[in-house]
Amino acid sequence: MSEGLVILLVIFVLAMFVGFEVITKVPSTLHTPLMSGSNAISGITIIGSMVVAGMGATTLATVFGVIAVAFAMINVVGGYAVTDRMLQMFKRKTEAER
Amino acid sequence: MADFIELAYLVAAVLFIVGLKRLASPATARNGNFLSAVGMLIAIVATLFDRQIVSFQWIVVGGMVGSALGLWMARAVKMTAMPQMVGILNGFGGGASQLVAAAVWHRLSQTGVLLPTDTAVSIYASTLIGGVTFSGSMIAAGKLQEIIPGRPVLFRFQHLLNLILLVAGAGMGAFLLISPGHPGLFIAMNVMALVLGVMLVIPIGGADMPVVICLLNSYSGLAAAMTGFVIANHGLIISGALVGASGIILTQIMCRAMNRSFANVLFGGFGAQVGVAGDHRGLAARGIRETTAEDAALMLGYARSLIVAPGYGLAVAQAQHQVRNLADLLEKRGVTVKYAIHPVAGRMPGHMNVLLAEANVPYTQLYDLDDINPEFERTDVVLVVGANDVVNPAARNSPNSPIYGMPILDVDKARNVIVLKRSMNPGFAGIENELFYNEKTFMLFGDAKKSLTALASEVKEL
Repeated sequence: MSEGLVILLVIFVLAMFVGFEVITKVPSTLHTPLMSGSNAISGITIIGSMVVAGMGATTLATVFGVIAVAFAMINVVGGYAVTDRMLQMFKRKTEAER
Repeated sequence: MADFIELAYLVAAVLFIVGLKRLASPATARNGNFLSAVGMLIAIVATLFDRQIVSFQWIVVGGMVGSALGLWMARAVKMTAMPQMVGILNGFGGGASQLVAAAVWHRLSQTGVLLPTDTAVSIYASTLIGGVTFSGSMIAAGKLQEIIPGRPVLFRFQHLLNLILLVAGAGMGAFLLISPGHPGLFIAMNVMALVLGVMLVIPIGGADMPVVICLLNSYSGLAAAMTGFVIANHGLIISGALVGASGIILTQIMCRAMNRSFANVLFGGFGAQVGVAGDHRGLAARGIRETTAEDAALMLGYARSLIVAPGYGLAVAQAQHQVRNLADLLEKRGVTVKYAIHPVAGRMPGHMNVLLAEANVPYTQLYDLDDINPEFERTDVVLVVGANDVVNPAARNSPNSPIYGMPILDVDKARNVIVLKRSMNPGFAGIENELFYNEKTFMLFGDAKKSLTALASEVKEL
């Protein structure tokens, strides 16, 4: 196993722990926005998709890359937009009466 | 430049974490989501400076198409259809991971250079997890939308077949490590991943969907992290791990709320078998008490306290606004109204909360299982709207019941219970509900939306 992979694994495991710590604090009221919002974050594959779509490799690789960009963008834009739409509905009593 | 890009990814990852942290309260959540989106924008812009990218036109085309579709879906989707929406979005994330892995594999295999083992392992992992996420999410969304039958699809040797598929997929990956240059085998592996995703989700029944959606959410994160391993990108790994963790936590919460193990949800085919048949007859003999909107309105109008217990039926009838309307009228008459939210009410975690928020119910009136259960004893009336298994006392007192041990809302402890229900059909697991035969319970049959509207107009008359 190369040194590079070890570093990547270290980052992965530590980030999982950060995730556990942060997310256990989210109240159940917000679990749906949490899912759609974290879903949008998983659209980070957009980075990889952009690289393979734009590196001008084989035609097939580019085609895969472009579809991947479109898929990931659906995930990113759809995820954030729908989360925002939901979150703006959560109101306190006084706000709700307005 | 490469350092600059790495630093930008770090900034993005920090914004994701801060954004998730701000989701801890409804007051800061919207801002948190915005910060997270800014993080994503930073990551995307930084990637444009990647030296490996030589042409931008295809990125722009794919990006525009995806953004337009994503925005349209986010605007058009109904709040009641949110579980499907999350499922579909998940699926696209997984699909993107699978495609990136395929593109990288294709490019590297053309160069004729032997793949480094770590890259190859990452590619195969990304392919398998991405593929399972894609097809599994689409099937889950189809079930939730009821394009595909929601009941569990079971057949003999199902688990054995799944195991074979998984082993075959992994085996192909291992073979490709030793002897690359078999594009056919790589394609077969991709197909295998997609088939496995379908096979893993079809045996799971509609009411278990909250668990599946959470699990697929976790997979989509893990798939992104695997893609990070493929292209050695820290930003992807951190973000993917965060999402993976979030999905795992939610999966655990859902399983606990159903008192079932993770394995039982995945392999149990719960809801396929009809519940303990013997119990039914005794209950049915006791009879039920049916009521009219007029009588029920009288009971509600002169109560001092009311707890509303909503379930999936509320979403199906899209009756969230009618609930709020009735609650408003009652509050004007001096009734205290609270809402009791069971963690697995609905088809995804927090489903009921979102629906009620849409209807402008303040989130301060929504109570979790643990907070509301002690209050039922002191409550005059509980209004059950389209909930069934989550209010079934059998979970407490009949050890033979398939739902025995599941934490429930103790609505039967209230002084009176009004149940809005379409008919006497049992819930998803075919389990009879003792609550309906309780002497304190009044059944008001009909579509929840119509019943609530009728109740509201009767309350006005009082």
